[in-house]
Order: sequence, then C-alpha cells, then structure tokens
Amino acid sequence: MAFSMPAIMKTTAARLSALYFLLFAICAVLLVFYMTSLSARMLTGQTQETINDEVLGLARAYQRGGLPLLVRVVEQRSRQPGANLYLIADTNGQILTGNVQSLEPGVLEAEGWTTEPFSYRRFGEGELERQRNPIADPNEPGQSEVQVEGEKGHNAIALVLRLPNQMIMLVGRDLGEPERFRAVIRRALMLALGMMALGGLLIWFFVGRAALKRIDSVSEASRRIMGGDLSGRLPVTGAGDEFDRLSENLNSMLARIATLNEGLKQVSDNIAHDLKTPLTRLRNRAEATLSGKHNSADYRQALEATIAESDQLIKTFNAILMISRLEAGYSSESTSRVDLAASVRDVVELYEPVAEEAGVTLETSVQDAFAVEGNRELIGQALSNIVDNAIKYSTDSTAKPTVRVALDRLGGEIRLSVTDNGQGIPDDADRARATERFVRLEKSRSQPGSGLGLSLAKAIMTFHNGRLDLLPGNPGLSVVMSFPEREDR
Amino acid sequence: MHPEAMTHMPATQSSSEIAYNGPMKILVIEDDREAADYLQKAFTEAGHTAHVAGDGETGFALADSGDYDVMVVDRMLPRRDGLSVIAGLRSRGNTTPVLILSALGEVDDRVTGLRAGGDDYLTKPYAFSELLARVEVLNRRASAREAETVYRVGDLELDRLSHSVRRAAREITLQPREFRLLEYLMRHAGQVVTRTMLLENVWDYHFDPQTNVIDVHVSRLRGKIEKGFDKPILHTVRGAGYMLKSG
Repeated sequence: MAFSMPAIMKTTAARLSALYFLLFAICAVLLVFYMTSLSARMLTGQTQETINDEVLGLARAYQRGGLPLLVRVVEQRSRQPGANLYLIADTNGQILTGNVQSLEPGVLEAEGWTTEPFSYRRFGEGELERQRNPIADPNEPGQSEVQVEGEKGHNAIALVLRLPNQMIMLVGRDLGEPERFRAVIRRALMLALGMMALGGLLIWFFVGRAALKRIDSVSEASRRIMGGDLSGRLPVTGAGDEFDRLSENLNSMLARIATLNEGLKQVSDNIAHDLKTPLTRLRNRAEATLSGKHNSADYRQALEATIAESDQLIKTFNAILMISRLEAGYSSESTSRVDLAASVRDVVELYEPVAEEAGVTLETSVQDAFAVEGNRELIGQALSNIVDNAIKYSTDSTAKPTVRVALDRLGGEIRLSVTDNGQGIPDDADRARATERFVRLEKSRSQPGSGLGLSLAKAIMTFHNGRLDLLPGNPGLSVVMSFPEREDR
Repeated sequence: MHPEAMTHMPATQSSSEIAYNGPMKILVIEDDREAADYLQKAFTEAGHTAHVAGDGETGFALADSGDYDVMVVDRMLPRRDGLSVIAGLRSRGNTTPVLILSALGEVDDRVTGLRAGGDDYLTKPYAFSELLARVEVLNRRASAREAETVYRVGDLELDRLSHSVRRAAREITLQPREFRLLEYLMRHAGQVVTRTMLLENVWDYHFDPQTNVIDVHVSRLRGKIEKGFDKPILHTVRGAGYMLKSG
C-alpha cells in the first residue's frame, strides 16, 4: 500500500484497529503480570512450607541423636535425587557436610529466611557441566537443574539456622521450577501480543478497508453533488446494510432538497415574471400622473388605483409566503379535529349568493360527517379557492352551469371534490400544470386572480398529508382533495 | 383587505357620514417612528387623542398609569416584546382592549396573539380604515351591548332570544347566517364594519376570499330589510365597509 503512515492513521478503521490492539495488549500484559506474581507467591509459599517441614524433621533427628545423627540424616538426604539443599558449616562458615559446594558470600551470615534468591553450586556439578555443556544437547531443554545457570550456578531460597553448638545449618530449595514457569508465561505473552497485532492488522485490512472504500465512494458522490450536480445520488449496493440505509436516507434528503430547490427556482422565475408586470404598471401610472396636468380628482383616482394595485401585490406576496411556509412544513400547533361536512356547509353557504348571481347552481352531496385532523382555516381557504374557481369556470357551460361539492370516502381516503360542468381542462398536461404556481392556462388569463389559488390549495393538501388531484369531469373539471383516513375516526 | 379600503381616509368627505361614538384616548405602542406618527396624525384627524410609545417598557408604563380606551400594540418592540406587555398588563388587572399589529400573519401567530390577551389582530400592511373600524369596535366593546337581548336601530328590531327580526312592526324572515350578519351589524350600529370583520365574526374565517362574497351577502340582507321600506338603513361606506344606521 502506498499510504504514508499519517494518511493511514486518518482512517477510522486504522485508528479503531490500533486502539483495540492497544487496549487488548494492556489487558493481556496486566493479566500476565497478575498471574505470574500470584503463582510466584504461591510457589514461594509452598517452597517455604517444604523447607519448614524438612527443618522440623532435622530438628527431631538432632534432638534424638545430636550432631552425629543430624549429619548422617543430612548426608543421606543430600544424596537422594532432586534433593533439597542441605549444608552444615562451622562458625567460620567452613562447609562440613551437605550437598552444597559453594555459596554466594554472605548468605550464611544472617539467620532466618534469605531475603533474596542466592546463587549456589552443588557438589559434583562442575564435572557434570564440563561433560554436558560442550555437547549442548538441545533435545533436553531444562531437563536437569545442572544445565540452567552455567557459571553462576543456580538460584535458591533457604532457611539459615544456628545450631545450639553455634554451627550453622542451611536448608534450601532450588528456584528452577518457578523460573521456568515464569519463562513459559513470558513466551506465551509475547506470542499473544504478536497474534493480537496480526489480528488487528487483518481486521483493519479486511473490515476497515471495505468500509473505507464504501465511505470513500459516498464522499466522492457527495463531492460531485456539492459541485452542483443536484440530480446525482449516492451509491446503494443493495446489501441492505448500514451504509445502504445511510445512502438511501441521504438520497431521499437530496430528493427533497432538489424539490425545494426546484420550487424556489420556479418561484423566483415567476415572481420576476408575474410581479414585475404590476410593479411596472404601478410605476408608469405614478409617472404619468406626475408628468401631465391634472386636477385633484385625477390625482385622487390615480392614487386609488395605485392603492388597489398595491393591495393586489400584497395579496400575491402573502399567498406566495403562505405556500412556501406550508411547503416548508408549517408548524403543526394549530391542528385539531375538523368536521369536513361543516366546512362544506360553511363554504357553500358563503359562496351560494355569488353562485346564484352568476347563474350557477351550487349543489352539495355529503355522505357522512367525516372529520380529519387538520386546520379548519386552511381547509376552508383551500375549499373556497376551489369553489371560487369552479363557479368562474362553469359559466361557459353549454348546459345549465352547475357546481357540485361532494364529500365521500373512497379506498381509505376521505374525498372532498368540487366538480363543475364547464369546459374543463381537456389537455392532460395542462391539467397537471394547473396547480403549479402562477400558472394560468390560456383561457383563464382573462379572468381576475393571481394564479395562486390552486397552488395554495395544493400546498394546504400537502400540509394535511393529502393530495390535490385534477380529474376530467365529463364535462368540466373535478378538483379532488383527498385526506388520509385515520384509524380512530 | 379589500383593495379599495385604503381610499377611505378619515379626513375626506366620507368621514362626515360616520357617526363616531365620541372621541377616544388611544395608546399606540409602535417602534417604527414613521408608522407611529402616521397613526397618531390619522387618529387625531378622526377626532381621537393618540399617545405614542416607542418601546415596550415605555408603553407598559404609560398603559399602566394612563386611562386609555384602546391600545394598539406592535408585536415586535424593542426592550419588551408586545405580547409580554399585554400579558403583563392583563396580569395586573388592566382590561383595556388591545389590538395587536404584526408583520406575522399566519394562523398560529394570530392564535398566540389572542391567547396572550389581545382582543383583535391585524396584519401589516393594513389599511388605516380597517384599523380605525376595528379600534372603534373594540372601544365600544368596553361598554358592551353583548348583554342586551333586543337590538334596536331606528324602526328595525332584532330579538336575540326569539331569533326574530321586525321592521316597523313587520316580520322579516332571515336565514340563520343572515340573522348573524344583521346581529353583528346591529351590535355595532353607527360604526363602520369592514368586510374582513364580517368574515371573521360571522363566518369565523380569517382568509381573503378571492371574490367579494361578503358584498353579495350584504346586498341580499339589504334587500330583505330595506325592500318595501322607504328609508335605507344599511349603508355602504365607500372603500371601507358597511354601517347600519337609522336616518
């Protein structure tokens, strides 16, 4: 791998592998130290107990037969294979009997347990060593005590006692066994550390690098998207793992951003187009009024027209703001149970005189008293926008103009539909476009209105988790507000 | 807001046909100097006295000590927020009617404003005629007609208990909504009532209908209470709204 070390350490996988390796290593070392110190203490305790027993036996021999019996017993025990260390010396430290040939100086000077392990040499060991060392037989590692320490002899601990006749007796035990044990554990520790390091590397290599590659591809894709390609999406492998789920979520977020962005672009385009016209008109009128010769009645009229035009502009701005706020996820604080039948009643009653004046029959058909969770004001506003439109566009009907407001349930949805029998919008594409902001289909250009009525109704339906559909009414147009039906109705 | 609403200015000829219920003492708490000066001037021209406070603290102190008929409070004020001023006054037992002015106009904002103790809510930009009509109605509310069971304007009589309406002893049959419309107009007889006020109080909707549906309702009602009688009683105040008034 052509990674430099710091670059490798920048990846989460490598950092995690290193961290785990370090943690396990620390644990292993602590465990080994704990175990060795514990077992060493146990072994020392055992050794001391054995020595105590020996001494007790020797003391009994001394009591029974004095120094001669003691010497005999010591000589006898010294010759047994794997014997403990025995030594009896005179007051000057001159060795009289036992199986110890030489000792570290000073060991015999202090009575009681030796505080530190000391080195010693047994009788006959010198010759044995000379025979064995040149051969250096590797097939028998640690088989005999002889081979362990070479020149320095072996380590042992011992109990030094002064006999009643001021002679010195030493009973000790070789430490070869605990030391071998410690060496075994040390080797095991090294092996374990090595294996852990290897395991960490393997984990980093296989798991870490796989994850790393996925993340790299995700960040690569997001760099592309940030570069301006909003249609780009993050890769989804289909494995259904965490990375796929993350990518899917990010993708739906991107889709939402793209929609909002598209809406924003469209609004700014439309604002530029549809608001510039009245603003220009406003300015022209003011200019024309200023430049000509006019009486106060003319000024008054111009000002009145200016105010009317500004009010219309304000209305349009308010509608745009409201649509944006609804689409951006308006606060849901102000929702409650809304009786749709009552909304139909209210709006129909509100529009009935207008319809009558326009020669339009306003019919209602309410199947049941459906209620939805929502905002009464917003639903009323959406419905009145739609009814308003329907009345306007039913007047070109060939038959008797009729607008029918119906409330029913269909396929798990509560549908509030407004159907007129006018010319409708025969073209499918036009019908789809009619709810877009500021879209005013050709024939409606002559009608007053901002072109935001249906867009607002659509935004209100989106806010209610519902839909606004424009369907052909045969003849005419059917605008359907569909609310999701709730379980607890 | 009706597009022509702004054309109704208190100093013009239309003011002569409006019978005000006496001069009011109005407190305007508004930090925009220009808007505050305009309101003060316009209220004065309409025959009222207006005091201006430029921030929430000053406004609170003035409202707490002064005896005002109506307060007009901007929602966003320096030093102390408008809603906090209102809530503070209400907690001290001050019941002076308050109209909240705000640039925030969504449903939730109005609900919070009214919950804080406001009596009415008007979104900026507003027409002064609308503001004046609402302020005058608020003042009237202080000496409420709510308790009366029979409203009388000239020879027109409305009985709120028996839901009957007569004019010159002749029974007039009204639809339930027409009855509520007339009831509201009669409660505020002699005062200008705007279209939005009618939509809010009679239909309980706060949006702008695209077509002027209210006008058609009013002209229907007018047909019923004026047809066959020689004197008009339901007047259109040009550019502002309607007023029920005898003679």
